[in-house]
Amino acid sequence: MNEITAPLKSFRIALLGNPNTGKTTLFNVLTGLNHRVGNYPGVTVEIKKGRFVHQSNAIEILDIPGTYSLAPRSPDELLSVELVLGLNPLEKVPDALLVIADASNLERNLYLATQAFETGLPVILALSMVDLANASGVKIDFKALSEKLGIPVIAIHASKRKGLDELKNAIVLLQTEKRMPPVPVFSQDVISNRAKILGLLGDKGSLFLAGRLLFETDGFLAQQLEQKLSLSLTPAILESREALKSLGINLVSIEAKSRYAWIREMVQPCISKPEGRVTGFTDRVDRILTHKVFGMFFFFLIMFSMFTALFVLAQPLMEWIGEGKSLVGQGLESILPDGMLRSLLVDGLLEGVGGVVVFLPQIVILFGFLSVLEDCGYMARAAFLMDRVMAKCGLSGKSFIPLLSSVACAVPGVLATRVIEDKRDRLATILVAPLMSCSARLPVYVLFIGAFLTEGYGWWFPGLVLFLMYGIGFVTAPLAAMLFKSTILKGKGAPFLMELPVYKTPSFSVVFARIYEASLSFLKRAGTLIAATMVLIWAVLYFPYISSTGENYPERIAATENKAEQDALLLEWKKNSYLGRTGRLIEPVVKPLGWDWRIGVATLASFPAREVVVGTLSIVFGLGKDAEDEQQLLEILQKARWNDDPDQPLLFNVPSALSLMVFFALCCQCGSTLMVIRQETGTWFWPAFTFIYMTGLAYIAALLTFQVGLLFL
Amino acid sequence: MPTLDQVPIGCKGIISSIRGEDATVQRLMEMGIIEGEPFELVASAPMGDPLEIKVQGYRLSIRKSEAARVFVQVS
Ligand SMILES: Nc1nc2c(ncn2[C@@H]2O[C@H](COP(=O)(O)OP(=O)(O)O)[C@@H](O)[C@H]2O)c(=O)[nH]1
Ligand SMILES: [Mg+2]
Repeated sequence: MNEITAPLKSFRIALLGNPNTGKTTLFNVLTGLNHRVGNYPGVTVEIKKGRFVHQSNAIEILDIPGTYSLAPRSPDELLSVELVLGLNPLEKVPDALLVIADASNLERNLYLATQAFETGLPVILALSMVDLANASGVKIDFKALSEKLGIPVIAIHASKRKGLDELKNAIVLLQTEKRMPPVPVFSQDVISNRAKILGLLGDKGSLFLAGRLLFETDGFLAQQLEQKLSLSLTPAILESREALKSLGINLVSIEAKSRYAWIREMVQPCISKPEGRVTGFTDRVDRILTHKVFGMFFFFLIMFSMFTALFVLAQPLMEWIGEGKSLVGQGLESILPDGMLRSLLVDGLLEGVGGVVVFLPQIVILFGFLSVLEDCGYMARAAFLMDRVMAKCGLSGKSFIPLLSSVACAVPGVLATRVIEDKRDRLATILVAPLMSCSARLPVYVLFIGAFLTEGYGWWFPGLVLFLMYGIGFVTAPLAAMLFKSTILKGKGAPFLMELPVYKTPSFSVVFARIYEASLSFLKRAGTLIAATMVLIWAVLYFPYISSTGENYPERIAATENKAEQDALLLEWKKNSYLGRTGRLIEPVVKPLGWDWRIGVATLASFPAREVVVGTLSIVFGLGKDAEDEQQLLEILQKARWNDDPDQPLLFNVPSALSLMVFFALCCQCGSTLMVIRQETGTWFWPAFTFIYMTGLAYIAALLTFQVGLLFL
Repeated sequence: MPTLDQVPIGCKGIISSIRGEDATVQRLMEMGIIEGEPFELVASAPMGDPLEIKVQGYRLSIRKSEAARVFVQVS
């Protein structure tokens, strides 16, 4: 770690480029694993910093998120601009910019480069995808382009390590020989007004910044900058804009028009394109994959395979992890003396760590699928196909796959929202993803449907109820998204414009890197907190372990061989624990849902991880922790009576069983999800919000289910 | 003059103007949807929205609501 923290004399470059140009590949190849993720308050983007040494020159690279333009519309985009211009207090201004452009689509890619040219920093242009350009008949004369622009232009193929030495040499050369980039041409009136604003900006100013203030008519940047630089610019800006308007200049279109015209002038002499229209590979594939009928067929086929893999492949792996956990537990139990330490390690820490690790197979499989789909270019098509449906609830096509993934597990689902560029869309998707019925809810559904909604009903009935339980998520999540997008996340977002990249063979190293990063960040950041929460729950179920009459439960349990007696003692202990007491205290709150304190405790205990509910029910219904089979628990639940009193009515009936299932369907009982939301949003506010709204929703829905259900009894 | 959402699939032509003066227009133009540029309407998604167009030699998905602001000249 330490060698990454910048030594005093390293040369700093910032890496800029459109999305999907091979930026990450280049960054990884240049820096190896020698990089770390920067932390900037208030933003959710990940900015990586890396380092390499070339000919004994230390070069530090800052990886700016992929973008089509340096015109900021959100705090995340503003950060990129700040880093490039050296306006961020946490980073020094870079010494040079490295712009990577896709050679197969040079004109549009150079738009960003023209903005970089105005920053006042030296620029190196790296062209990727030259192989793809050549394959489609496009020939580029790099030398001519380099001469025309007056800056180094270097063809690279990062994954094949082509052009890297040339690129590194050029970077090193920049330290001694500064070749400034050309300044894109605007009309004389624009130039003079831009110069006026530049004059006001002082030493932090650049042509680019002055231009932005002039062209950015929605005022976001001006507002941010006035705060940051404590300048009052507004009157001068407005005056310049008025002056240009009176000359008949359209401020909204002048920038893009001038830049593209200039780009054409620069590029045209250096590029030759095939005459006429060629039908490429992508055209032919797209004819099928975005087709109204076949396209949808393939889409559902791919989704179906992903799901099957998620459930079928992950299942045995998760079971192995479970078995591994029991083995370690048994090992610990055999070497440690009976007592609090053993209980803490086995029931608290091991359960906690195991409860985190158990998500890994799903994360790995989902991210394997997603990164292959993304890297071959299909992800954009999937979003294209589903956009209409998602637009109905205020989201875009890009939210579909994260939401669908959440049916397996919300943790990878939330991580998968990283593909959504629009910040509000992404947040709305994160907030509703945990409403989708994940696989950890399945055991609850199966247990209660088996116990109360199977006997005496048609063969089709249990399946129908299960389907309806999943349906709750499928209906509530879009509705909630719609609600959030029209209230707290309201605002005009960026228009949904999405590049549909050309299809290509996914690269193994890119896929691997993404799986590795997702798994590692989950384990590191979420893992520690989840494990800590599990230990906390263990503690409130363990203490106090001496009853008011002075009985030491753990000792007494250890002293007896009789299983029934052990279970009875365990039940009494848990009833007396802080969590048990709380459960009894809150009985008035859960009674309207048709539950007694035992169900209350089981529900409370399953807030960190809902899958523990079956185990906790076994404990509080007196079966001991490892009930031999679920059938036994099922029968006990069927026969359970209020207060364990044979004269009282049965505890469960159809309405209370349904109310419990509805509660579990909607409630946010998953510490891992909350931690991942915290990790992805960068604040505690959103996980807290998710927890509160979902729990509130679950309570109200369960209440309605029970009370309305009673009317039919 | 027709707008981009009104022309049939497979249609080629030239972009003639974009209606409006807001950030959306700015973003459309940054992505290369500019007066005088040739375009081709390649496909539409199953429910007719969004559209897939080719401009500046690449493919772009654009919703009908934004396409309705782009006036085009069919060739
Ligand atoms: N054919 C080809 N593929 C490349 C080249 N550079 C990167 N790629 C691939 O392009 C895909 C996207 O790369 P990535 O680094 O994730 O792009 P980013 O979105 O800009 O970070 C990966 O599959 C890379 O292997 C190149 O020069 N030629
Ligand atoms: Mg990338």
